[in-house]
Amino acid sequence: MKNSLTKKIVAAPYLLWAAIFIIVPLIFVVYYSLVDANGSFSLDSIRSIGKYSDIMLNSIWLGFVATIISLLIAYPLAYIMARTTKNMQRTMMMLVMLPMWMNLLIRTYSLMILLQDTGIINSLLGAIHLPGANHLQFHMINTRGAVILGMVYNYIPYMILPLYSIMAKIDYGLIEAAQDLGASKLQVLRKIILPLSLPGIASGFTMVFVPSVSTFYISKKLGGSTFSLIGDIIEMQFKSANNYNLGAALSLILMVLILICMAIMNRFTGDDDDGGVLI
Amino acid sequence: MEENTIIELRHISKKFGDETILDDICLNIKDKEFITFLGPSGCGKTTMLRIIAGFLEADDGQVLFEGKDINALPPHKRQVNTIFQRYQLFPHLNVYENIAFGLRNKRMKERDIAKKVEEMLALVNLRGFQRRDIASLSGGQQQRVAIARALAVEPRVLLLDEPLAALDLKLRKDMQVELKNIQKRLGITFVFVTHDQQEALSMSDTVVVMNEGKIQQIGTPLDIYNEPQNAFVADFIGESNILDGVMLDDFKAKFSGAVFQCLDKGFAVNESVDIVVRPEDVDVVPVEKGEITGVITSNTFKGIHFEMIVDIQNFKWMIQTTDYYPVGSRIGIEIEPDAIHVMKKSKYSGMYGDYSSFSDELEHLSDLEEEEA
Repeated sequence: MKNSLTKKIVAAPYLLWAAIFIIVPLIFVVYYSLVDANGSFSLDSIRSIGKYSDIMLNSIWLGFVATIISLLIAYPLAYIMARTTKNMQRTMMMLVMLPMWMNLLIRTYSLMILLQDTGIINSLLGAIHLPGANHLQFHMINTRGAVILGMVYNYIPYMILPLYSIMAKIDYGLIEAAQDLGASKLQVLRKIILPLSLPGIASGFTMVFVPSVSTFYISKKLGGSTFSLIGDIIEMQFKSANNYNLGAALSLILMVLILICMAIMNRFTGDDDDGGVLI
Repeated sequence: MEENTIIELRHISKKFGDETILDDICLNIKDKEFITFLGPSGCGKTTMLRIIAGFLEADDGQVLFEGKDINALPPHKRQVNTIFQRYQLFPHLNVYENIAFGLRNKRMKERDIAKKVEEMLALVNLRGFQRRDIASLSGGQQQRVAIARALAVEPRVLLLDEPLAALDLKLRKDMQVELKNIQKRLGITFVFVTHDQQEALSMSDTVVVMNEGKIQQIGTPLDIYNEPQNAFVADFIGESNILDGVMLDDFKAKFSGAVFQCLDKGFAVNESVDIVVRPEDVDVVPVEKGEITGVITSNTFKGIHFEMIVDIQNFKWMIQTTDYYPVGSRIGIEIEPDAIHVMKKSKYSGMYGDYSSFSDELEHLSDLEEEEA
């Protein structure tokens, strides 16, 4: 049929794109993780992952904490955005997007300058000479907190946007109907807004959790030289250790773990809702 | 305050920006009555309903519930419930949970909730629909669930915001009867908002006709139809010929170049007035017997009757008859005294009740628009 032929032609570039940049690399990842340096089949790489399990779990945990913090900050903000005037919505959206115009590396670097022991925050605190605390200083850089802050700061727009778009779609009449039936503000939030925004939570969760878990730059700059996440290990295998097989195996396992996390998350939020973008 | 008043509006005013939506509204709603706010879109009827429900606050004035000021009471603490125009059923909950929503807020026991839901579904003829998904219901069924959900919490007053507007004609007629029955059976107050005059007349105990933020007339459907207070009401409720006239004396009105006997009195001598004659109240007689005469300019068969536009002294009347008269012929007109209704002049005088711009084509178009709406 002509129609389906047209469809195929229109879809072809995308399929080609997906094949070259998604499917083929994935096949390479699987291939490299299942062979040794000589190219013969071997499970050594997969087996050797055991010694990175702590780092792997630590990465997932930090990513999870960063995602939850992002959610807690983004949720009220997205709700306020969705309920304000159109003009205000545009302005707030602009402000949310603004940091994303800058490169992630630059953003992380500036965060580093802020947090250093001799950085801007500590210099300022030193300069104002608070009474009772002569040398008031916070050690912030190279801590888990700094890494989490970096993740939240860099990825929170990806939480705000899906939440905002799903909340803007919630019919205000439903909220009125709930109030009409005796629901207090808290009950409206719990029984109407929260369940209806679950698809937004699910996609926001995915979009923050996945890059947070696999990040390497943020942890390197804000976590210090001794602090490494799984992303750093993978990067190291490819860049300096030249062990593609271990790097690929780690990537594969990380991918599987993330998929498992997302599956749990989807089960938790109900998977039959539309409007959510799930990777 | 009257003994059985349940809701009283005192000098309610509301503006949106510079636009006055409600202008000094005073109204008593009696307990257990079916009262309808009727008016064209933008007349303020929905705003009034939302002020009673608590979704909007009036700029001025008071809302009293059984004599107590409830201005500051939020919607979830008021003993009124609303049926929304677009139903606003909760899409993430099934029929059972939708109806149970208000009961759960009251912390009712699960067993009592189940019983109440079943009772409500029986009331709206949806037995066995508990587990159904909202999205799987037809418009009419959603409407019924909305009614069941609102009535489940046993409100003292049910507010209905054009609840039938989205239904097709046949379903709308059925629901009109059903709503009226439910109201009688439960004995609670219904406050109904509509722009459909036929709906208002056939369902209500009391009709409140509104226009431009003001109450034009309050009365029983019969009063409103037979004794409209001004040209707006006469025109909005049914078809009317509204003519310029002069009251020569009590019971004597002059219009269309003739003097007619009527039943109205109490006007000043020679006071100019608006005269209302309903199209179905005009008797067609042979030319020589007519009090006045006119020429038929159009004639449309409507099923039960013919609808003619008749030119009488350059004023186009609408007249309904069961006999056929050809276009272009001259007929005589006779009007019984009780078919003439005399109204004081108002700001609406001269704006309505002339059928000179009326044509079947236009009527056809407006019918289509109504159906689409």
